[in-house]
Amino acid sequence: MRLVKAGQVVEDRYVRVLDDAPIPEGVPVIVPAGRFLADAAEIASREGATGVLWPNNRKIAELAPHLDRLALVALEFPKFRDGRAYSQARLLREHYGFRGELRATGDVLRDQFMFLLRAGFDAFEVKKDADAAVFASEVTRKTVFYQPTGDGRVPAPRARLDGAEAPPVASRDEQVV
Amino acid sequence: MYVYDAFDRTLVAERVSEFRGQVARRLSGELTEEEFKLLRLQNGVYLQLHAYMLRIAIPYGTLSSEQLRMLARIARRYDRGYGHFTTRQNIQFHWIKLEELPDAMAELASVGMHGMQTSGNNVRNITTDQWAGVAPDEIEDPRVWAEVIRQHVTLHPEFSFMPRKFKIAVGSSSHDRAALRIHDLAFRLHRNGSGETGFEVMVGGGLGRTPFLAKTIRPFLLKRDVLSYVEAVLRTYNQFGRRDNIWKARIKILVHDLGAETFAKEVETEWQGIKDGRLALDPAVVADVASRFVYPAYEALADSPPDLAQARRADRRFSTWVDNSVSNHKIPGYAIVTLSLKPEGGTPGDATAEQMDAIADLADRYSFGEIRVGHEQNLALPHVAQRDLFAVWRALDKIGVATSNVGLVSDIIACPGLDYCSLANARSIPVAQEITRRFRDRDLAHDLGRLHINISGCINACGHHHVGHIGILGVEKNGEEFYQLTIGGRADEEARLGTLIGPAVSYGEVADVVEDIVAAYLELRARPDEIFLETVERVGVEPFRERVYATR
Amino acid sequence: MTSPLDKKLKITGPVLITANRLADGAVIYRTAHGGWTTQFSGASVVNSAPAAIALLDAAIADDVGAVNAYVAPVKLDPDGRTRPGNLRELIRLAGPTIELPQAAELPVAAG
Repeated sequence: MRLVKAGQVVEDRYVRVLDDAPIPEGVPVIVPAGRFLADAAEIASREGATGVLWPNNRKIAELAPHLDRLALVALEFPKFRDGRAYSQARLLREHYGFRGELRATGDVLRDQFMFLLRAGFDAFEVKKDADAAVFASEVTRKTVFYQPTGDGRVPAPRARLDGAEAPPVASRDEQVV
Repeated sequence: MYVYDAFDRTLVAERVSEFRGQVARRLSGELTEEEFKLLRLQNGVYLQLHAYMLRIAIPYGTLSSEQLRMLARIARRYDRGYGHFTTRQNIQFHWIKLEELPDAMAELASVGMHGMQTSGNNVRNITTDQWAGVAPDEIEDPRVWAEVIRQHVTLHPEFSFMPRKFKIAVGSSSHDRAALRIHDLAFRLHRNGSGETGFEVMVGGGLGRTPFLAKTIRPFLLKRDVLSYVEAVLRTYNQFGRRDNIWKARIKILVHDLGAETFAKEVETEWQGIKDGRLALDPAVVADVASRFVYPAYEALADSPPDLAQARRADRRFSTWVDNSVSNHKIPGYAIVTLSLKPEGGTPGDATAEQMDAIADLADRYSFGEIRVGHEQNLALPHVAQRDLFAVWRALDKIGVATSNVGLVSDIIACPGLDYCSLANARSIPVAQEITRRFRDRDLAHDLGRLHINISGCINACGHHHVGHIGILGVEKNGEEFYQLTIGGRADEEARLGTLIGPAVSYGEVADVVEDIVAAYLELRARPDEIFLETVERVGVEPFRERVYATR
Repeated sequence: MTSPLDKKLKITGPVLITANRLADGAVIYRTAHGGWTTQFSGASVVNSAPAAIALLDAAIADDVGAVNAYVAPVKLDPDGRTRPGNLRELIRLAGPTIELPQAAELPVAAG
């Protein structure tokens, strides 16, 4: 697994805390949801940034009251085809206005990078090293989008009206026509 | 019809390029099948019994002649010279090679076609009725709204990995030709008491192992709110739809488990939060989409040109065909022509490359270059001048798509079944073929009148058997093919699921049973013009059950 | 017939391993030599669950050669020749049971 942020493989500053383990002081931590909720104020008052690992079968509304204490929320893709965290991400960013690090964990693969970015994730625990290495180039392959998300990209139906030109096809692959 | 612009073309081209890369990574082993399967499904690529199958989207069933020619080319170059039109207005090719797919997709992209989201756990082809834009009873063209929604849900980052597939339909007449109630989400354009046009919103329809008809959760939705409402429904489904059991994963189960009212409340809560944001539809955006639907420059013609009446008197076969296959058009002097893809002994919904090319030529000459695909697996030429009907008929007759059986007993809707499909328990095509042979007598077929037979080769119900007037479902018993029959289903505005008439019968008996059902109808009907469905609704299933199973 | 993908592995007679070739989807059969063949007669036929599982595991591991490998029944003729063991396997081997459209001719005009 490699952590990717801003298109680069980076060191992970955060320490994953397992359910019963003591929470280290002075370092950024990612705490499981149940543990965090049981003790939110106490955990957040430590030295070191606080992050929570939120499961994909719990409503984000439960986490919402604590967002101003959190530097990071990690969401889960147990299998890449389980797409609940995409909705969770968008709710966090667009409904609740969460500005901290939003991290995708689990079965995070190259073919979902663009979807993840557009849903609001900005950090990626990428399963395969080879995928992590191509993150930056992978996300330049798509330039036209039909729908708005919180990422600020202007979707095609609006871009047309604004008189924008369609971008040329991003790929350099040869096409047979 | 909708004309792609540079944005649309770029999006499709980027998708083709991405898929080319994914295929290469699969062939090299960099991607495992488990990782690749959903990616190929998202491009409409299935693995079937004999080969891969490619399902190509035909958005709301509208094709240009150029596109139909490309489908013929794909059939010839990459397949075995024919294609199959489906119950969702798409086309399938059954003999595709994975390694050739990127090239086939690049060719399709050159005419604005693709297989995006014709499979996978995403929003599938948005369907409407094949008379959209030309039907006299329509409020406005539902395809504009189908296109607005289609763009929004295409490669949607949030809704590409939902619990299961999601099917949307849009209709705009009181007579439902789009089978709205069997869709996960359906929108019916209508006018409210104040004369405003908006949508009735229905959710939770779907056939398969647990069939349900959709429930109305909002009687009137403003046009400006359609995309935010779609997102609210999809977001609710994406989060709360079941993912533990593939047979319980559609939204119909969620709606049923929560109850329509509770489900509607969940959606409304989400919707209230987003309806006035970015997703509120700008009328200028809708107008832009609508402007790229090019409508024909119709001539000012009169209805019932005298030559037509004369030709009808001179040729009985032509006259029969006009009565059967030609429907009223909203523009005077024009007509909608249905092309039956159900010849006697043929495979329902199949067309050869030669037929496709010939139909494309006819479309250019007589239908402003446009063809429609119906969920009944027939085609239509939507803009034929009445004065051209005789010439059109002669040409259609030559290529074998003028069988005067539209809507009749031999106009059977059937899935590909066990001859092609890896999900099937039993064959459907030979059953359909045998039934058409039993009812080859034209006079009998016309006397029987409207009678929809639907055949599915397995419980996935791609043949929509639950809503057939006669529904036939293939099952397996001890390694043998058996068939359950239902009667009294319908897919229109009074949609209903059919009722089982008795124990399953063997492959060899199905056509006999259908003949017995028909014989029972002839005996029981109150008048010659009481159609089969009406007789069933009047007398119930029991009289049919008695007669059919008396000797079985 | 019922998709073999749903069944638990239980062997009640001779079986083989079949799959589809990755590149073109063609029907293939696992051989005794750790490869694949499109010839039905070249398939390795086994008679016990352990043997079938061993063959299946090896087949599944060959993720680049084949897709969707599974155990399929085999019938034995009186003279000992092997045949596909159910209708589904027969159709996979021999093709659809219906006539495919002839590309060169158009159908006879309907009446």
